[in-house]
Amino acid sequence: MKDMQNVPLLEVDGLNTSFNTRAGVVRSVRNVSFEVGRGEVLGIVGESGSGKSVTGLSILRLIDPPGKIVSGAIRFDGEDLIPLSERQMRKVRGARIAMVFQNPMMTLNPVQKIGDQIAEALTEHERLSAQEVRARCIAALEAVGIPSPEERLNAYPHEFSGGMRQRIVIATALVTRPDLIIADEPTTALDVTIQAQIIHQMRQLIDQTGAGLIWISHDLATLSELADRIVVMYAGTVVETGTTAEIIGNPRHPYTRRLLASVPSANEPGQPLRQIPGIMPSLLDIGDGCPFASRCDRRIEGCERPIPAERLSPSRSVWCINMPEEREDA
Amino acid sequence: MTEAPNSLLAARDVSKVFPLERGLWSAMSRKMTGRPMRRVRAVDAVSFDVAEGETVGVVGESGCGKSTLAKMLAGLSHANGGDLRLRGVPLAEVMADPKQALKVQMIFQDPQSSLNARMKVVDIIGEAPVVHGLIPRSEKEAYVRDLLSKVGLGPEALNRYPHQFSGGQRQRIGIARALAVKPELLICDESVAALDVSVQAQIINLLMDLRRDLGLTMLFISHDLSVIRHICDRVVVMYLGRVVEIAPTDQLFSSPCHPYTRMLLEGMPRISTERRTFLEVKGEIPSPLDPPPGCHFNPRCQFKTDECLASRPPLDHIAPSRSAACIRWREIG
Repeated sequence: MKDMQNVPLLEVDGLNTSFNTRAGVVRSVRNVSFEVGRGEVLGIVGESGSGKSVTGLSILRLIDPPGKIVSGAIRFDGEDLIPLSERQMRKVRGARIAMVFQNPMMTLNPVQKIGDQIAEALTEHERLSAQEVRARCIAALEAVGIPSPEERLNAYPHEFSGGMRQRIVIATALVTRPDLIIADEPTTALDVTIQAQIIHQMRQLIDQTGAGLIWISHDLATLSELADRIVVMYAGTVVETGTTAEIIGNPRHPYTRRLLASVPSANEPGQPLRQIPGIMPSLLDIGDGCPFASRCDRRIEGCERPIPAERLSPSRSVWCINMPEEREDA
Repeated sequence: MTEAPNSLLAARDVSKVFPLERGLWSAMSRKMTGRPMRRVRAVDAVSFDVAEGETVGVVGESGCGKSTLAKMLAGLSHANGGDLRLRGVPLAEVMADPKQALKVQMIFQDPQSSLNARMKVVDIIGEAPVVHGLIPRSEKEAYVRDLLSKVGLGPEALNRYPHQFSGGQRQRIGIARALAVKPELLICDESVAALDVSVQAQIINLLMDLRRDLGLTMLFISHDLSVIRHICDRVVVMYLGRVVEIAPTDQLFSSPCHPYTRMLLEGMPRISTERRTFLEVKGEIPSPLDPPPGCHFNPRCQFKTDECLASRPPLDHIAPSRSAACIRWREIG
């Protein structure tokens, strides 16, 4: 379903986002670059503190002081979002780029009917008659699989289950027919069977509408089943990008490889898991070298200096100067 | 089901019912209208055994009663019905004796909220064994230092506070605290759910090492099937307060007998190099306040018959150490 236009839907180029704290500068996102195409699902995977959520918020310019986008470009449909005024940015948010967060109860207003909440997203950006608004809201609820949407428009968030609430949030994001949806851990708080339903529907919606989707998650298994391409982040920086088949089938960065080897399903039941020793470094005044070097068994001289991207194929880049061979132990 | 000779924990028809109404007004209105009290059966006649040295997993989605069950086993909540025994002694008796009650310990999901933020690590871990007379106060520090090294922390941790540690390290402290009183049964309630993938692997390895070295018996409660599969000998699957299937781990994953177990396994995300076409899972989890009649799973079940709506299916013994609560398990398994 990839559109063959030359300009990608979204191009993040050399993004740096930092937070100035009393203890020093926390460099949450360092030199992050990736692209998202139309009708494409891009997965961003990483552990806590990898900078995946800050990257998502930076795209929508939702970073509040003491945080700041220090440098880089975020080109959406060819236009850089960073120089836009707050007023211009409001026209982008919700209308052309929508965001879905982890906890639907934090996103939804508990004392407003869900019909009004979905309608608000629409009337903020478009001039429509009351009938048109109602029809669009019903269509959005139908698209995410909410039964009898006409009646449900008058219900309050507490009248829905957790999975249904997250569908309503997704419906709110979809109602303006955005070109890009950023979803930050949207199914993490949901049960396994409900998660499978929502992923199924998201995939269908992307295939139907041709929108781009950035799915941010810590869960490699979910991403491997949903995403076309994956960006692996560690301690604020991208360590590897590629198609899902490339990343999962043949990880080339030592971190990706060891992460995939450490999950229970990659190990014999009952045997010790191949764990990664050590902990993630502090992002406070972190240097420009490879952040994984302190835990890496392939560390060599030069890992402490900035790591250039090695382009292995048109779809594939790895930020490592001492990559393991293809599938040597995987 | 008869009790196994080396049974450590035996649960027979254990139930926990919570009243949904409180106070004078609702009592008066019930009296006047004759309306019965509304209740929720969080755990509904649950039976299973845990043998000595065994690791039993309890798996299920929100509202299945797995955490309520854990609280009853740890003595934090009392059963309303049925029989719970630890080594043949009723659990209520065990819990009535403060020293005996130490035999069951729990490791919680969130180490941030289950550790006292104002206590030093040496006191968090060492206080219980001193108070209960397991060790003299003079030996406390050495005892805690030894426990810390068992869970992979250095002696410098002794005089620090919980906030000075990372999430994984805090979970190690929680594990050391549970082990400090020499428990016979360790209950892990979603103990690795809040941890990052690489930290989760470290904690799972630690639990497996401790189990081997100390001969621990564990009840491992989780919603994560891949973790359950990795460390459990047997698995109890729960749905809306009831046990739907009990099976040795390898058999449960290779040939699930209950339609709900099958749905869970199909929904389980797997690491794959190909995009998966997700099966459309039908239906929501019904509210535990208003469960469907007969088999609780019937509204979502593709195999349901009229009989499934009529009565609760019994938990049938279908093979050695296997049971399933489905009248059509023969056709499905």
